[in-house]
Amino acid sequence: MAESADIAKDATPPTATPEYLVGPGHDFASVTEKISSIVLQRKTPWGWFVGFAVGFALLQGLLVAMAFLLFKGIGVWGVTIPIGWGMDIINFVWWIGIGHAGTLISAILLLLRQGWRTSINRFAEAMTLFAVACASFYPVFHTGRPWLAYWLFPYPNTMGLWPNFRSPLIWDVFAVSTYATVSAMFWFVGLIPDFATLRDRARSKPWKIAYGILAMGWRGSARHWHNYDTAYLLLAGLATPLVISVHTVVSFDFAIGIIPGWHATIFPPYFVAGAIYAGFAMVLTIAIPLRKFYGLEDFITMKHLENMAKVMLATGLIVAYGYMMEAFMAWYSANSYERFMIWNRMTGPYWKMYWALILCNVVAPNTLWIKNLRTSVPYLFVISLVVSVGMWLERFVIIVTSLHRDFLPSSWGMYSGTFFDWSAFIGTLGLFVTLLFLFVRFLPAISIFEMRTILPGAEPQEGRR
Amino acid sequence: MSQTFHHSTNTLSKLSIFGALFLVVGALWVTVEVNRSPYVTQEGVAREQPVPFSHQHHVGGMGIDCRYCHTSVEVSATAGIPPTKTCMNCHSQIWSNSPMLEPVRASFRNDTSIEWTKVNDLPDFVYFDHSAHVNRGVGCSTCHGRVDRMPLMAQAASLQMEWCLQCHRQPERYVRPQAAVFDAAYEPPADQRALGSRLVKEYGIHTRTSCSTCHR
Repeated sequence: MAESADIAKDATPPTATPEYLVGPGHDFASVTEKISSIVLQRKTPWGWFVGFAVGFALLQGLLVAMAFLLFKGIGVWGVTIPIGWGMDIINFVWWIGIGHAGTLISAILLLLRQGWRTSINRFAEAMTLFAVACASFYPVFHTGRPWLAYWLFPYPNTMGLWPNFRSPLIWDVFAVSTYATVSAMFWFVGLIPDFATLRDRARSKPWKIAYGILAMGWRGSARHWHNYDTAYLLLAGLATPLVISVHTVVSFDFAIGIIPGWHATIFPPYFVAGAIYAGFAMVLTIAIPLRKFYGLEDFITMKHLENMAKVMLATGLIVAYGYMMEAFMAWYSANSYERFMIWNRMTGPYWKMYWALILCNVVAPNTLWIKNLRTSVPYLFVISLVVSVGMWLERFVIIVTSLHRDFLPSSWGMYSGTFFDWSAFIGTLGLFVTLLFLFVRFLPAISIFEMRTILPGAEPQEGRR
Repeated sequence: MSQTFHHSTNTLSKLSIFGALFLVVGALWVTVEVNRSPYVTQEGVAREQPVPFSHQHHVGGMGIDCRYCHTSVEVSATAGIPPTKTCMNCHSQIWSNSPMLEPVRASFRNDTSIEWTKVNDLPDFVYFDHSAHVNRGVGCSTCHGRVDRMPLMAQAASLQMEWCLQCHRQPERYVRPQAAVFDAAYEPPADQRALGSRLVKEYGIHTRTSCSTCHR
């Protein structure tokens, strides 16, 4: 025993000292009780119904938009030539980007043994899945004939054709579908021990059976844990490259094209940083109300919020560097089209969008250098929303301002979203909120078994601290 | 407290992981097979016609050339469905009282067309030109099969794009000497590869696999 205590002391990195990450006075029983009671309580709080109803009402916007689009075609959107990509692709990139924080938290921070990921990884992964679900609507409907979307996959079809593997749009299909699959597996595997906890604690038979099936016979034996840790680490290893690759491929959708404003080698790192930036903003947007309404301040502590704010600040600076480089390269390249593009962004018809983007994504996050602001919960909530808006504007600026001034002035145009663009966007926000509320009600929003491992007196579990 | 599940469900749980994989792969395989089956393609399915016209009898038995009826095949995109008058060239003299041929005589008397059911029906988004094929060594039977053995007309091929592309990607596998294009019973020689390669050069045939060759 003395030996294992030594190991525990040595192996615990200073950042993972429990008192920062869990409120005082918690033990195994209180953590389990607190988190599982959110799911197992008989009475659903009325606030849950209000939130769910709002989300579900907004979701109907998606149904309206998609039903009418199927009936009329994508002409109901504001996209025209030369702006063939509009809010559909803006929203796609926005949602996919948001998902990245979940994977970063769950996979990369796991491999880097960052103890503070433990209480936020579960709902961040859920956020990833839901964001990917929202994102996937857009490219599928953007094809114009969504019932033929399976043509995007290489399968032995009767046409004797493969998709065009040289097209980044096909890389997108692989990147996003791999991402969705691995994220779903990672999430489910992470839930198995908690399903078993819920199975054991559920009071009514139907819930016992439902959680029991999902727990897949988990008994928590040493052998189970050994296999489990191996599987979880392997999945983390699989998910890690995806954090980088998915948004890199999404950036290729643009960078491979020869449009000024898109054709830039900085796009992959700049997009990945932007994705993590947007994702952490969304994690904060979810975490702050979640800990407030369910009284989880002991588990999602100030330390967590502050760390996320720091990640946001760091990735925000990378994104700012990206904006700077875009402007610099436009000047340094001496290419008249590039120079016109950046000048048009800053002073053209969409100048408000550009400067609002700089305000949201460059100026606003730099206030997080100040510790008092970084540790103020209401301020962090506001900043997280500002960053989400900023990242949406970033995609708007990249897509619309690059396309709307074509090489020939005769093919210049303007873009604005129609009612159906907006109702589709608001609809996916509704879908996201709906899924989040269902998730919080039926699944443990914080990983119970991982929280136990960071409590004082916990045996260090291999690979997970 | 009693267990919620019998311990045998552990096995079921493990099986379900692998079972899901087989289920997905199996479903895909069935889809792929069904899409190529005659149920979908109508390949080899004899169609009902207003008059039970037999190519076996007219081509195989009588030895009538394809072009006697399908007159425009060498000069036009469509091979042409013969007018009733072509039938009456012979049938005003032979079998002129056959009850089976009454719809043909009625058509001739009333000056109305016989409404044949089109068998080899390509989708409307496909541009196909008969003359381009039959003037470059693509025989009738390459696509239409042994019509001299068909009592009632049926598709000899799936008409799916992968079938078209077999020849469009490698025409040397199917091209025959120009003189044998209308030979319904033509059999490719053992050295088809060598012959095909020579003919492809001689006739100036190119592999046409650009989308806009057929989808214009």
